[in-house]
Formats: sequence, C-alpha cells, structure tokens
Amino acid sequence: MKPILEPALEGVLPSPGPDAPDLPLSPWRRAWRRFRMQKLGYFSLVTLSVLFVLSLGAELLSNDKPLVVRYHDAWYFPMVQTYPETEFGGDFPTPTDYLDPYIRDRLNSDGNWALFAPNRYAANTINYFAPSPNPAPPSRANWLGTDDRGRDVLARLIYGFRISLLFGLALTVIGCALGIVAGAIQGYFAGKIDLVAQRVIEVWSSMPELYLLLIFASMFEPSLLILLVLLSVFGWMGLADYVRAEFLRNRNLEYVLAARALGLSDWQIIWRHLLPNSLTAVIAFLPFRMSGAVLALTSFDFLGLGVPASTPSLGELLAQGKANLDAWWISLPTFAVLVGMLLLLVFIGEALRAALDPRADA
Amino acid sequence: MMPQTQPPLLDVHALSVRYPDSAAPAVDAISFSVAAGETLAIVGGSGSGKSVTARALMRLDPDAGYGGAIRFSGDDVLGMSARQLCALRGGGIGMVFQEPLSALNPVMSVGAQLAEALVLQRGLSGKAAQAEMASLLQRVGLDDAQRMLASFPHQLSGGQRQRVLIAIALAGSPKLLVADEPTTALDAHLRLQVLVLLKSLARESGMGLLLISHDLPLVRDFADRVAVMHEGRIVETGETASLFGAPKHDYTRALLAARSARLAAPLPQDRAVLLQARGLHCRYRRSRGWFRAAEHFDALKPTDFELARGETLGIVGASGSGKTTLGLAVLRLLREAKGDVDFHAGSGAVAFSRLAGPSLRRMRRHLQVVLQDPFASLSPRLTIGDVVGEGLRVHQPELDPVERRRRVIAALAEVGLGAEVADRYPHAFSGGQRQRVAIARALIVSPDVLVLDEPTSALDAHVAVQVLGLLAELQRRRGIGYLLITHDLAVVRALAHRVMVLKSGEVVEQGTVDAVFAEPAHPYTRSLISAAALP
Repeated sequence: MKPILEPALEGVLPSPGPDAPDLPLSPWRRAWRRFRMQKLGYFSLVTLSVLFVLSLGAELLSNDKPLVVRYHDAWYFPMVQTYPETEFGGDFPTPTDYLDPYIRDRLNSDGNWALFAPNRYAANTINYFAPSPNPAPPSRANWLGTDDRGRDVLARLIYGFRISLLFGLALTVIGCALGIVAGAIQGYFAGKIDLVAQRVIEVWSSMPELYLLLIFASMFEPSLLILLVLLSVFGWMGLADYVRAEFLRNRNLEYVLAARALGLSDWQIIWRHLLPNSLTAVIAFLPFRMSGAVLALTSFDFLGLGVPASTPSLGELLAQGKANLDAWWISLPTFAVLVGMLLLLVFIGEALRAALDPRADA
Repeated sequence: MMPQTQPPLLDVHALSVRYPDSAAPAVDAISFSVAAGETLAIVGGSGSGKSVTARALMRLDPDAGYGGAIRFSGDDVLGMSARQLCALRGGGIGMVFQEPLSALNPVMSVGAQLAEALVLQRGLSGKAAQAEMASLLQRVGLDDAQRMLASFPHQLSGGQRQRVLIAIALAGSPKLLVADEPTTALDAHLRLQVLVLLKSLARESGMGLLLISHDLPLVRDFADRVAVMHEGRIVETGETASLFGAPKHDYTRALLAARSARLAAPLPQDRAVLLQARGLHCRYRRSRGWFRAAEHFDALKPTDFELARGETLGIVGASGSGKTTLGLAVLRLLREAKGDVDFHAGSGAVAFSRLAGPSLRRMRRHLQVVLQDPFASLSPRLTIGDVVGEGLRVHQPELDPVERRRRVIAALAEVGLGAEVADRYPHAFSGGQRQRVAIARALIVSPDVLVLDEPTSALDAHVAVQVLGLLAELQRRRGIGYLLITHDLAVVRALAHRVMVLKSGEVVEQGTVDAVFAEPAHPYTRSLISAAALP
C-alpha cells in the first residue's frame, strides 16, 4: 500500500488538494455562479438591465420628433437638428411641431415620408391637438392618456423611469465611494483617527436631514444636481460603519501582518488585501441602497421639493395622480412602474445576499 | 446467567456517518466498544472523523445519515425516538467539548448553567440543587463553590472553564463520558491536570470514558485502549501498551515518530552573527480613566539575544509569556516595542530598529515571517501566485510578469508545490499546503532571518513533521537564521539549536537545546518539559 507519511523532505511532493476543483475560480466568480443559480434574482437582474438599456435609448422610443424625414428628396434628422417649419412648407420660421396635422400631412404626401418613434411624444410635449380636455383618458393617440397639462403619461413614465434609475445609480455610486473611503480610513488606522471620525459622524448624522433639504430647496433653484449633492452628503454614513467594522476585523488577520512584514505600504495593504475582503457587505447592500435612492427621489418629487416640474419624474406623476383621483390612468401605471422597479431591485438584493453569504463558501 | 459475558457499556458496530452534501462518508464502517470503567482513546488527525464519531453516539447532527448499529447499555441508539434521545443525552452519555469558552453561555452564570443541567437531568431544584452543585464543583476540583457559582464564564481561567464543563457533563450522572479534545485549548500543564481529573472521575464512579484527541503520545498514560482513526476508518486498535510498543500501521508509526523527530540542520562553520537584539522590550499603557495614572503592563521585559547565520533559536513559553510579542518586536510590527535590533547585512550592521518609512520597508525584505494560522494568513481573494509574488512586486518592481511568474514557480517548487497551484485560490488547499505557500511567500524575497511564529501548531502531527523537515532543509541550503516561536517543546527539540524560555515576559533560562532538555535549571522549564510528555 501507499505509504501515508513520506520521508521528511524527499517526499514533500504536492498532493493535489483534497477538494481542489478543476477550474480555479476566484471567490468573486464562485459568488457569481451562486448568484446565477438564484433564478428569481438573476431573472430580475436581466430584466432590469434590459429595461435600463432600453430607457437609455428613450429618445428612440418616445419622441415628438421623427427619427428620419425624407422630404423633397432631401434627408432630415430632426432628432439632432432643429428645422424651422418653413422647411416643410409651414408659414413661420419657428421650430417644427411634428404633431401639427398640417405638417404631418405634408410629410406624408408626394413620396415624402417620416419615421416616427413608436410613441410620438417626448416627456414635455403638449398635444395641442388632443380631442378631449386634459387630463385625457387613454386613446389611440395617447396610449396611457395625458396628465393635467396635456403631456403624454407613457412618455413621462419612460423618461421618469430613466431618471429614477440614473439618479439611484449615481447616488449609490457616490454614497458607496464616500462610505468606503471613510470606513476604510477609520477601520485601517483605528485609534485616534477612528475616535475622532466616529464623533464627527455622530454629530453629522444627528443633523435633521429633511429640514435641511426643505431649507436648501427654498434657497436654491431645485434641480437634480442639488438633490444629488444633498442626499450624498448624508447618505454615506451607514455604509461607512459597515466598511469600518469589516476593516477593523480584517486588519487583525494574519495575512495583513504578513503583508506588513513583506514591506507593503499602508495604501497597498488597503487596496490589495483589505478592500477585496471587506466588500461583500457593500455589494450585498447595493440594490437596497439603490431602491432607497429611487424612493427618496420619488418622495421629494411627490412633495414638490425635488426636480423642477418640467423634468419627468415618477414622484411628480404620483402627485398628479393624487390631485386628479378620477384620472386613474395617471396613478395606476406610475404605481405599477414604481412597484415593479423596486421589486426587481429587492429580488436582486436578496439573491446577492444569498450568493455572498459567507456560510455558502464552506 | 453467566457473569462474564456482560455486554459492554457502549458497542458500536460498523457505524457509518454520511452527510447529505458529500459523496464519501465521514465515518466508514467503524466498530469499537467501551466497557464500564474503561477508557478508550480515539486518536486521529483533523478530518479523520473522530469528532463526527463522538457526535454520532448521541445523534447530535440532525441531517447526518447513519448506518450500522450503536448500542448503549443494550439499547439501540439509532432506533431511538426523540424523547428517548433527550434522556440519553446528558443522562446516559455526558459530553465535554473542546473549546470551553464557546461551549459555555457567556451571559449565564456558572450556577445558572449548572442548575439548568440538574433540572433537566434529575429534576432537582432549590436546596437540593444547591447542595448538589457544590458537591459537583468539589468533585471537579473547584473549591470556593459559592464564588464559582456566581461567576460568569469570562471571569474564569481556561482550566476552570473546562472543569465547569466537566461538572455540567457529570450533572446527569452519565454512565459514559465523551471528551472531545478536552485539552486542546489549554496550556501544557493544565492539559495534564484535566486528563488526570477525567481519569480519576471515571475510576471513582465506574464511568466509561471515551477520549477523543489528535495527540497520540498525550493519551498514553490515560487510556486503557487506543483506536487510531485515519480518513474515516479505524486503522489500528489495541491495548495502549502494545500499540505504543509495537505499532502496526504506518499511520500510527508516523504519529508516534512525529513528536520524537530531530531534524535540525547542522550548524555552519562560520557563525557570523545575523541579528542582535539589546534591551528589546514592550510595555503597554492601560488607561484607567481621565484622572488616574495609567497602568503599565510589561508584555516583554528587556531582553538581549543574538542569532547567527544558519542557526535556529527556539523561544518557548506558555500562552501569554510574551513570545509572540518578541517575534513581532523583532520584525518592527509592534508600535509599542522599544529597544535595539541590529541586523548584520553583508556590508555591516544596520540599526533595524531605527529605520522608518520607505527605508524600513525596503529593509523588511531581509526579515520575514511565517505565521501560525495557515487559514488566516493567506488572503482568500488572491491566487496563490499573487500571494507568493507579492514580495517581488514590492521589492523588485522592475521585474516583468513573465520573470515574476518564473520566480514564483521556482519558490513554490522549493517548498514542494507544483506550478499548477499558482492559479488556484487558497480555499482549495489543506493546512499543510497553505503553510508551504506561506513559507514560499517569505522565501521569494531571499530573507536572512525568518521568524516562525507557531509554524506547525495548527497542523496535524504527521503534516507538522513534514513542514519542520522542509524548514530544516531550507535552512541547510540557504543558511537562513530562524527565530522559532512555539509553545510545543517537541517542535523546539525537532528544529532548534538553542532555546530561550520565556515566562511572563522574562527570559528564565537559555542554552543549547541538548543542555536545556537534559538538565533544565529553572523550575518553570522543568514543569514545561514534564508537562510536554515528550516521547
């Protein structure tokens, strides 16, 4: 039989690891594989990604300008260039209103043609030619009706969805960056730096966020940027605590000691050793932070403190739905979009949490 | 009725234990028996299935699948209902766990935990329970029962905690006591005390004792019979004397040889001093509030020593003796450490302890470290190649990736690992293989001094001896000076040339290994050597 113990050195040949897999998979790759096995979460991620990519091309889906116009043997691209109405046989040198039945007629005659987006309204297009008063119920012209200013609800939903997701993404990225930096510094250097930073965070987090936002909203012209800055300034602290705790735990592990003994600098140790080992909690939190950010934007818009009224937003649509209770075509689709988006994010978050569960690695 | 054919207390026949998510059974058709008043030791390395066996006796793992038969006092354990099992656990079989701190509930006092066991097992309460608790503590050698019952686990020492656990296991007057590595978390001399206690308890009440351990020489004086387990099977079983006298199986022989090995490389001719420490010390300041003077605690009192090229200096002591502090202080990894460390490079002495910033980081190449826990010392998110190549990135950034990889593979080859491991992640490797990777990580920057902080204490005995052999071979080939920090005298004897004994941060004895082991001068050294039970 095979000897169990080889002589001291001659026999220290490598025996293959007892459970070594054929493919060397990194811990991230293994987590990704576990994520993909979570059917609901993976499906949600795919769905949300597809919807997001589609909404990035919202101008192609919902626009009051045709994509391409062929008029008198010349090509026109109204999406990128503004043409005066006189160009298409109108009377005034104003920008063309392609919803105007007269213009439409001109574009469809004598071998001219125009390729329109599937939904013929942009977020702020007012259909002056709508047959019924605003808010108008769903019709062949406005598939989901119009809001109380005559703007197409479907168009505003598409653009509002895009802004919500982009805003959520930006707020999450900024909040994570700030939180990770702050948490990493506190956790790695610990001691006095940690002590002071913790007190600063305590003072900072006890500031009444909502009132500050109200005050700032009245001081500045409300805009997405102001909202992003204000929410970011207050949104990083919870995450910083997690990263700090992970760093405090990991900095005492022996691989950090070994790295210091090898002569790595503090930043090299943070970057190469501590950060990759401390990010599981951050990643598992991402979808939930994003849904939180989307919800925050919606609430501020609902209260009228968020983006200016011309910007399409789900919160503003909800507020309109509340103001016009009989116009169910405003509130119901908005509600459905919001619930769908948040549900997808939560499902992704659940699956990520399961995939990154440290016990799953055993 | 025939008096001599009384059935054994515990009879295990062809027991197999299988977990749902693994193909191979954790325990594969093992048979053994324990008679009343008898002590059986089950010995094996990690993953050999010995703890699984212990837990299987009471069916403590709900999702395990069992095969074969376990008979306790004639009752079929595998066929018992949940109610019968509850009576068996604690009442018939008592269990002592390995880690006393985690086996005790930290928010309950000792008295409350002991009372819980008495209420459950014997239905005692009030005065009767109080009296019984005091007598139980007395039996396990804990005096001052009142104070002890009011204490919380964190207020007790490791030995006291283990005694409390034993008292809890005894509360139901079990007929069989299963002790799963009862002494692994304890220092060497506490280890003997606890084993003596278990043995005497078993003898006075006629209990059967099943002792689970990874340390074969340790059980020699305590077990009547020994069963050696390897990879889920019992490979050898027999009376203690005959098993130690004439081990039959290779694995048993390897376990026995592991602790008596002498592997130290011969000292080189020129004994150039490599490292010189003068007045190395470490003092911690403990604040006691704003208006009171701070307390001081000396983790290491001023210590002088030298280390020559190709030499191993062993540093021994119990836990808390300051030996790890000394290692970290030499490496300049402790801010609180003070004193001079001179490193003699080829060109002359460098005051290592005076360097700072980039010059210190550059110099670190010459002094490397191998740490105790092979599972914590490799970052789980880097490949083995990245882990080993890290030193090159820092100290020789001019190397291109191809050359770096060539050197990584050479370093891995030097510690006996193949090139294919470079792309794997640490989780795929066993403890011994990981420790080899940690050695390769230190070697790749060609250090002159290597601090080995308990390099083998997390490894099984026969793996440990391979790693020690590798270290000795590397020393012979490269002339590295080793600072070997360990609590295990067998490791010192295997690898070191000189030894320094630390107690409470102070050097109590030093000399060559032969001299100190043959004639220890200090009583503390003597107690360490006798407690180590060296073969």
